[in-house]
Amino acid sequence: MTEQGQQEQLVEYAKTLLEQLESGEANEAMQTIAQLHQKRDQVLFHEVGRLTRSLHESIKNFAIDTTNSQMREEMSRMQDASQRLNYVIEKTESAANKTMDMVESTMPISAQLANEAKALKLEWDRLIRREMRPEEFRELSKKVGVFLTTATEESATINANLSGIMLAQDFQDLTGQVIKRVIELVQEVEVELVNLVAMAGSIDEITGVKHDDLTPNTEKANAPDIGPEGPIMEPEKRNDVVSGQDDVDALLSSLGF
Amino acid sequence: MNKNMKILIVDDFSTMRRIIKNLLRDLGFTNTQEADDGTSALPLLKSSDFDFLITDWNMPGMTGIDLLKEVRADAKLQSLPVLMVTAEAKREQIIEAAQAGVNGYVVKPFTAQALQEKIEKIFERVDA
Repeated sequence: MTEQGQQEQLVEYAKTLLEQLESGEANEAMQTIAQLHQKRDQVLFHEVGRLTRSLHESIKNFAIDTTNSQMREEMSRMQDASQRLNYVIEKTESAANKTMDMVESTMPISAQLANEAKALKLEWDRLIRREMRPEEFRELSKKVGVFLTTATEESATINANLSGIMLAQDFQDLTGQVIKRVIELVQEVEVELVNLVAMAGSIDEITGVKHDDLTPNTEKANAPDIGPEGPIMEPEKRNDVVSGQDDVDALLSSLGF
Repeated sequence: MNKNMKILIVDDFSTMRRIIKNLLRDLGFTNTQEADDGTSALPLLKSSDFDFLITDWNMPGMTGIDLLKEVRADAKLQSLPVLMVTAEAKREQIIEAAQAGVNGYVVKPFTAQALQEKIEKIFERVDA
Protein backbone atom coordinates (compact mmCIF):
# COMPACT_ATOMS: atom_id res chain seq x y z
CA MET A 1 0.00 0.00 0.00
CA THR A 2 1.32 3.45 -0.83
CA GLU A 3 2.15 5.97 1.84
CA GLN A 4 -0.66 8.20 0.59
CA GLY A 5 -3.13 5.31 0.68
CA GLN A 6 -2.15 4.53 4.23
CA GLN A 7 -2.54 8.14 5.23
CA GLU A 8 -6.00 8.34 3.67
CA GLN A 9 -7.06 5.24 5.56
CA LEU A 10 -5.75 6.73 8.83
CA VAL A 11 -7.76 9.88 8.14
CA GLU A 12 -10.86 7.71 7.50
CA TYR A 13 -10.40 5.92 10.84
CA ALA A 14 -9.90 9.23 12.64
CA LYS A 15 -13.11 10.70 11.15
CA THR A 16 -15.09 7.57 12.04
CA LEU A 17 -13.65 7.72 15.58
CA LEU A 18 -14.66 11.35 15.96
CA GLU A 19 -18.20 10.67 14.70
CA GLN A 20 -18.57 7.67 17.01
CA LEU A 21 -17.35 9.66 20.04
CA GLU A 22 -19.68 12.58 19.26
CA SER A 23 -22.68 10.28 18.93
CA GLY A 24 -21.74 8.44 22.17
CA GLU A 25 -20.97 5.05 20.58
CA ALA A 26 -18.23 4.19 23.09
CA ASN A 27 -17.88 0.49 22.22
CA GLU A 28 -17.63 1.15 18.49
CA ALA A 29 -15.12 3.91 19.22
CA MET A 30 -12.93 1.46 21.16
CA GLN A 31 -13.01 -0.91 18.18
CA THR A 32 -11.94 1.87 15.83
CA ILE A 33 -9.05 2.72 18.13
CA ALA A 34 -8.00 -0.94 18.05
CA GLN A 35 -8.17 -0.87 14.24
CA LEU A 36 -6.02 2.26 14.22
CA HIS A 37 -3.46 0.50 16.37
CA GLN A 38 -3.45 -2.52 14.13
CA LYS A 39 -2.95 -0.35 11.08
CA ARG A 40 0.02 1.42 12.68
CA ASP A 41 1.61 -1.90 13.59
CA GLN A 42 1.09 -3.24 10.05
CA VAL A 43 2.81 -0.22 8.52
CA LEU A 44 5.62 -0.44 11.02
CA PHE A 45 6.21 -4.18 10.51
CA HIS A 46 6.09 -3.75 6.77
CA GLU A 47 8.63 -0.92 6.78
CA VAL A 48 10.92 -2.54 9.31
CA GLY A 49 10.87 -5.72 7.21
CA ARG A 50 11.74 -3.84 4.07
CA LEU A 51 14.53 -1.88 5.75
CA THR A 52 15.95 -4.97 7.41
CA ARG A 53 16.23 -6.64 4.02
CA SER A 54 18.01 -3.65 2.44
CA LEU A 55 20.20 -3.22 5.48
CA HIS A 56 21.18 -6.85 5.20
CA GLU A 57 22.03 -6.36 1.52
CA SER A 58 24.15 -3.32 2.34
CA ILE A 59 26.04 -5.06 5.09
CA LYS A 60 26.56 -8.04 2.81
CA ASN A 61 27.99 -5.76 0.14
CA PHE A 62 30.14 -4.20 2.77
CA ALA A 63 31.90 -7.44 3.48
CA ILE A 64 32.38 -7.74 7.19
CA ASP A 65 31.47 -11.38 7.74
CA THR A 66 34.23 -13.64 6.50
CA THR A 67 32.31 -16.92 6.96
CA ASN A 68 30.25 -16.36 3.83
CA SER A 69 32.06 -17.09 0.57
CA GLN A 70 30.67 -14.06 -1.24
CA MET A 71 31.75 -11.81 1.60
CA ARG A 72 35.12 -13.43 1.74
CA GLU A 73 35.55 -12.41 -1.86
CA GLU A 74 34.63 -8.82 -1.01
CA MET A 75 36.98 -8.87 1.96
CA SER A 76 39.77 -10.11 -0.24
CA ARG A 77 39.16 -7.16 -2.55
CA MET A 78 40.03 -4.90 0.37
CA GLN A 79 43.16 -6.89 1.13
CA ASP A 80 43.86 -6.90 -2.57
CA ALA A 81 43.64 -3.09 -2.60
CA SER A 82 46.24 -2.86 0.17
CA GLN A 83 48.51 -5.22 -1.69
CA ARG A 84 48.05 -3.20 -4.85
CA LEU A 85 48.95 0.04 -3.10
CA ASN A 86 52.02 -1.63 -1.61
CA TYR A 87 52.91 -2.66 -5.14
CA VAL A 88 52.71 1.02 -6.15
CA ILE A 89 55.12 1.93 -3.34
CA GLU A 90 57.52 -0.82 -4.37
CA LYS A 91 57.38 0.09 -8.06
CA THR A 92 57.91 3.80 -7.54
CA GLU A 93 60.69 3.17 -5.04
CA SER A 94 62.50 0.81 -7.38
CA ALA A 95 62.11 3.29 -10.28
CA ALA A 96 63.49 6.10 -8.14
CA ASN A 97 66.45 3.96 -7.10
CA LYS A 98 67.16 2.77 -10.65
CA THR A 99 67.06 6.37 -11.88
CA MET A 100 69.38 7.56 -9.12
CA ASP A 101 71.78 4.65 -9.77
CA MET A 102 71.99 5.68 -13.39
CA VAL A 103 72.39 9.38 -12.59
CA GLU A 104 75.09 8.60 -10.03
CA SER A 105 77.04 6.52 -12.53
CA THR A 106 76.64 9.12 -15.29
CA MET A 107 77.64 12.25 -13.38
CA PRO A 108 81.33 11.31 -12.84
CA ILE A 109 81.63 10.35 -16.52
CA SER A 110 80.34 13.69 -17.77
CA ALA A 111 82.41 15.52 -15.16
CA GLN A 112 85.54 13.65 -16.31
CA LEU A 113 84.79 14.46 -19.98
CA ALA A 114 84.32 18.12 -19.11
CA ASN A 115 87.63 18.22 -17.19
CA GLU A 116 89.59 16.60 -20.01
CA ALA A 117 87.99 18.89 -22.62
CA LYS A 118 88.81 21.92 -20.47
CA ALA A 119 92.46 20.87 -20.14
CA LEU A 120 92.76 20.22 -23.87
CA LYS A 121 91.12 23.56 -24.66
CA LEU A 122 93.92 25.38 -22.78
CA GLU A 123 96.56 23.65 -24.87
CA TRP A 124 94.53 24.07 -28.05
CA ASP A 125 94.34 27.84 -27.45
CA ARG A 126 98.13 27.92 -27.14
CA LEU A 127 98.36 26.14 -30.49
CA ILE A 128 96.01 28.69 -32.10
CA ARG A 129 98.11 31.52 -30.65
CA ARG A 130 101.18 29.76 -32.21
CA GLU A 131 102.80 29.45 -28.78
CA MET A 132 103.40 25.71 -29.12
CA ARG A 133 106.66 23.99 -29.90
CA PRO A 134 106.57 21.11 -32.43
CA GLU A 135 107.21 18.41 -29.77
CA GLU A 136 104.44 19.85 -27.61
CA PHE A 137 102.14 19.74 -30.63
CA ARG A 138 102.93 16.05 -31.20
CA GLU A 139 102.11 15.39 -27.55
CA LEU A 140 98.87 17.37 -27.90
CA SER A 141 97.73 15.52 -31.01
CA LYS A 142 98.26 12.20 -29.21
CA LYS A 143 96.16 13.48 -26.27
CA VAL A 144 93.43 14.68 -28.64
CA GLY A 145 93.37 11.25 -30.28
CA VAL A 146 92.99 9.51 -26.91
CA PHE A 147 90.33 12.01 -25.82
CA LEU A 148 88.27 11.49 -28.98
CA THR A 149 88.31 7.72 -28.45
CA THR A 150 87.32 8.10 -24.78
CA ALA A 151 84.61 10.63 -25.64
CA THR A 152 83.09 8.25 -28.19
CA GLU A 153 83.03 5.36 -25.72
CA GLU A 154 81.80 7.41 -22.78
CA SER A 155 79.05 9.01 -24.88
CA ALA A 156 77.76 5.51 -25.59
CA THR A 157 77.72 4.80 -21.83
CA ILE A 158 75.92 8.09 -21.14
CA ASN A 159 73.38 7.28 -23.84
CA ALA A 160 72.78 3.81 -22.42
CA ASN A 161 72.28 5.29 -18.93
CA LEU A 162 69.84 7.89 -20.28
CA SER A 163 67.82 5.15 -22.00
CA GLY A 164 67.86 3.25 -18.71
CA ILE A 165 66.45 6.32 -16.93
CA MET A 166 63.75 6.56 -19.60
CA LEU A 167 62.82 2.89 -19.19
CA ALA A 168 62.71 3.19 -15.42
CA GLN A 169 59.68 5.48 -15.90
CA ASP A 170 57.55 2.54 -17.13
CA PHE A 171 56.11 2.24 -13.60
CA GLN A 172 53.75 5.13 -14.35
CA ASP A 173 51.60 2.99 -16.64
CA LEU A 174 51.40 0.09 -14.17
CA THR A 175 50.89 2.13 -11.02
CA GLY A 176 48.32 4.29 -12.84
CA GLN A 177 46.19 1.22 -13.63
CA VAL A 178 46.49 -0.11 -10.09
CA ILE A 179 45.56 3.20 -8.51
CA LYS A 180 42.53 3.53 -10.82
CA ARG A 181 41.23 0.13 -9.64
CA VAL A 182 41.66 1.10 -6.02
CA ILE A 183 39.82 4.37 -6.67
CA GLU A 184 36.91 2.35 -8.13
CA LEU A 185 36.78 0.17 -5.03
CA VAL A 186 36.82 3.19 -2.73
CA GLN A 187 33.93 4.73 -4.67
CA GLU A 188 31.91 1.49 -4.41
CA VAL A 189 32.51 1.39 -0.67
CA GLU A 190 31.45 5.01 -0.41
CA VAL A 191 28.13 4.29 -2.16
CA GLU A 192 27.45 1.35 0.19
CA LEU A 193 28.29 3.47 3.21
CA VAL A 194 25.90 6.22 2.09
CA ASN A 195 23.16 3.57 1.61
CA LEU A 196 23.82 2.25 5.09
CA VAL A 197 23.57 5.68 6.65
CA ALA A 198 20.37 6.49 4.72
CA MET A 199 18.85 3.19 5.86
CA ALA A 200 19.71 3.79 9.49
CA GLY A 201 18.13 7.23 9.10
CA SER A 202 14.79 5.86 7.82
CA ILE A 203 14.62 3.26 10.59
CA ASP A 204 14.85 6.10 13.11
CA GLU A 205 12.15 7.98 11.22
CA ILE A 206 9.68 5.07 11.19
CA THR A 207 10.19 3.96 14.75
CA GLY A 208 10.13 7.58 15.87
CA VAL A 209 13.52 7.39 17.54
CA LYS A 210 14.96 10.82 18.24
CA HIS A 211 18.64 11.44 18.77
CA ASP A 212 19.60 14.27 21.06
CA ASP A 213 22.62 15.58 19.27
CA LEU A 214 22.60 15.00 15.54
CA THR A 215 23.94 18.39 14.54
CA PRO A 216 27.59 18.09 13.62
CA ASN A 217 29.94 19.42 16.23
CA THR A 218 30.93 22.50 14.27
CA GLU A 219 33.43 23.62 16.85
CA LYS A 220 35.32 20.38 16.45
CA ALA A 221 34.90 20.33 12.68
CA ASN A 222 36.33 23.82 12.34
CA ALA A 223 39.19 23.33 14.76
CA PRO A 224 42.53 23.42 12.97
CA ASP A 225 44.14 20.03 12.66
CA ILE A 226 47.86 20.36 12.94
CA GLY A 227 48.69 16.68 12.75
CA PRO A 228 50.75 15.50 9.81
CA GLU A 229 48.74 15.55 6.58
CA GLY A 230 51.28 14.83 3.85
CA PRO A 231 51.28 16.55 0.47
CA ILE A 232 48.43 19.06 0.12
CA MET A 233 46.05 18.54 -2.79
CA GLU A 234 44.91 21.79 -4.45
CA PRO A 235 46.68 24.19 -2.04
CA GLU A 236 45.24 27.15 -3.99
CA LYS A 237 41.77 26.22 -2.67
CA ARG A 238 42.84 26.37 0.98
CA ASN A 239 43.83 29.31 3.09
CA ASP A 240 45.43 27.35 5.94
CA VAL A 241 48.35 26.10 3.86
CA VAL A 242 51.32 27.69 2.17
CA SER A 243 51.59 27.38 -1.60
CA GLY A 244 55.35 27.06 -1.85
CA GLN A 245 58.76 27.91 -0.47
CA ASP A 246 58.21 31.67 -1.00
CA ASP A 247 55.14 31.52 1.26
CA VAL A 248 57.10 29.60 3.90
CA ASP A 249 59.89 32.17 3.81
CA ALA A 250 57.40 35.05 4.06
CA LEU A 251 55.63 33.43 7.03
CA LEU A 252 58.91 32.70 8.83
CA SER A 253 60.24 36.20 8.24
CA SER A 254 56.98 37.61 9.66
CA LEU A 255 57.77 35.55 12.77
CA GLY A 256 61.19 37.18 12.99
CA PHE A 257 63.27 34.54 11.22
CA MET B 1 80.98 26.83 6.53
CA ASN B 2 82.82 23.61 7.35
CA LYS B 3 82.31 21.20 4.46
CA ASN B 4 83.38 18.30 6.67
CA MET B 5 80.62 18.84 9.18
CA LYS B 6 78.75 15.74 10.19
CA ILE B 7 75.15 15.74 8.98
CA LEU B 8 72.29 13.41 9.96
CA ILE B 9 69.52 12.96 7.37
CA VAL B 10 66.21 11.65 8.82
CA ASP B 11 63.42 10.55 6.47
CA ASP B 12 61.31 7.39 6.36
CA PHE B 13 61.70 7.08 2.58
CA SER B 14 65.11 5.82 1.51
CA THR B 15 64.77 7.51 -1.89
CA MET B 16 64.30 10.91 -0.26
CA ARG B 17 67.32 10.30 2.00
CA ARG B 18 69.31 9.41 -1.09
CA ILE B 19 68.19 12.56 -2.95
CA ILE B 20 69.15 14.79 -0.02
CA LYS B 21 72.45 12.94 0.38
CA ASN B 22 73.25 13.46 -3.32
CA LEU B 23 72.32 17.14 -3.21
CA LEU B 24 74.51 17.60 -0.13
CA ARG B 25 77.39 15.84 -1.89
CA ASP B 26 77.00 18.21 -4.86
CA LEU B 27 77.26 21.07 -2.37
CA GLY B 28 80.48 19.56 -1.02
CA PHE B 29 79.13 17.90 2.13
CA THR B 30 80.16 14.25 2.14
CA ASN B 31 80.10 13.43 5.87
CA THR B 32 76.49 12.27 6.12
CA GLN B 33 74.59 9.57 7.99
CA GLU B 34 70.98 8.45 7.74
CA ALA B 35 68.12 7.45 10.05
CA ASP B 36 64.56 6.47 9.12
CA ASP B 37 62.65 8.20 11.93
CA GLY B 38 63.04 10.14 15.18
CA THR B 39 63.25 7.00 17.29
CA SER B 40 66.37 5.77 15.52
CA ALA B 41 67.76 9.29 15.01
CA LEU B 42 67.73 10.40 18.64
CA PRO B 43 70.20 7.79 20.01
CA LEU B 44 72.50 8.50 17.04
CA LEU B 45 72.39 12.23 17.81
CA LYS B 46 73.03 11.63 21.52
CA SER B 47 75.89 9.19 21.06
CA SER B 48 77.71 11.02 18.29
CA ASP B 49 78.78 14.58 17.53
CA PHE B 50 76.60 15.75 14.65
CA ASP B 51 76.90 19.35 13.44
CA PHE B 52 73.63 19.52 11.55
CA LEU B 53 70.27 17.72 11.45
CA ILE B 54 68.01 17.56 8.41
CA THR B 55 64.65 15.93 9.16
CA ASP B 56 61.30 15.12 7.57
CA TRP B 57 58.14 15.78 9.63
CA ASN B 58 55.73 12.93 8.93
CA MET B 59 57.37 9.64 9.92
CA PRO B 60 56.18 6.52 11.74
CA GLY B 61 57.57 6.11 15.23
CA MET B 62 58.78 9.54 16.28
CA THR B 63 57.85 12.43 13.97
CA GLY B 64 60.26 15.17 12.98
CA ILE B 65 58.54 17.79 15.14
CA ASP B 66 58.84 15.54 18.20
CA LEU B 67 62.48 14.88 17.34
CA LEU B 68 63.05 18.63 17.14
CA LYS B 69 61.44 19.10 20.57
CA GLU B 70 63.58 16.29 22.04
CA VAL B 71 66.70 17.88 20.57
CA ARG B 72 65.86 21.31 22.00
CA ALA B 73 65.14 19.74 25.41
CA ASP B 74 68.49 17.93 25.52
CA ALA B 75 71.32 19.82 27.21
CA LYS B 76 73.95 18.51 24.82
CA LEU B 77 71.91 18.89 21.63
CA GLN B 78 69.88 22.03 22.30
CA SER B 79 71.89 24.29 19.99
CA LEU B 80 72.19 21.79 17.12
CA PRO B 81 71.06 23.49 13.87
CA VAL B 82 67.94 21.75 12.52
CA LEU B 83 66.51 22.04 8.99
CA MET B 84 63.07 20.63 8.35
CA VAL B 85 62.48 19.25 4.84
CA THR B 86 58.84 18.19 4.61
CA ALA B 87 55.62 18.05 2.60
CA GLU B 88 53.75 19.43 5.63
CA ALA B 89 52.56 22.85 4.47
CA LYS B 90 49.94 24.08 6.95
CA ARG B 91 50.65 27.50 8.40
CA GLU B 92 50.02 26.20 11.93
CA GLN B 93 52.66 23.55 11.41
CA ILE B 94 55.28 26.01 10.20
CA ILE B 95 54.51 28.24 13.18
CA GLU B 96 54.71 25.22 15.52
CA ALA B 97 58.10 24.26 14.06
CA ALA B 98 59.33 27.84 14.42
CA GLN B 99 58.17 27.96 18.04
CA ALA B 100 59.85 24.61 18.71
CA GLY B 101 63.10 26.19 17.53
CA VAL B 102 63.64 25.01 13.96
CA ASN B 103 66.43 26.83 12.08
CA GLY B 104 65.00 26.44 8.58
CA TYR B 105 61.95 25.01 6.82
CA VAL B 106 61.93 23.66 3.27
CA VAL B 107 58.66 22.38 1.74
CA LYS B 108 58.66 19.41 -0.61
CA PRO B 109 58.83 19.31 -3.55
CA PHE B 110 61.97 21.40 -3.27
CA THR B 111 64.82 22.46 -5.54
CA ALA B 112 68.57 21.98 -5.03
CA GLN B 113 68.81 25.76 -4.89
CA ALA B 114 66.25 26.09 -2.08
CA LEU B 115 68.12 23.51 -0.02
CA GLN B 116 71.44 25.25 -0.61
CA GLU B 117 70.04 28.69 0.27
CA LYS B 118 68.55 27.48 3.55
CA ILE B 119 71.72 25.64 4.58
CA GLU B 120 73.86 28.70 3.79
CA LYS B 121 71.48 30.98 5.68
CA ILE B 122 71.48 28.71 8.73
CA PHE B 123 75.27 28.58 8.93
CA GLU B 124 75.69 32.29 8.23
CA ARG B 125 73.76 32.83 11.47
CA VAL B 126 75.40 30.02 13.38
CA ASP B 127 78.90 31.14 12.39
CA ALA B 128 78.11 34.84 13.02
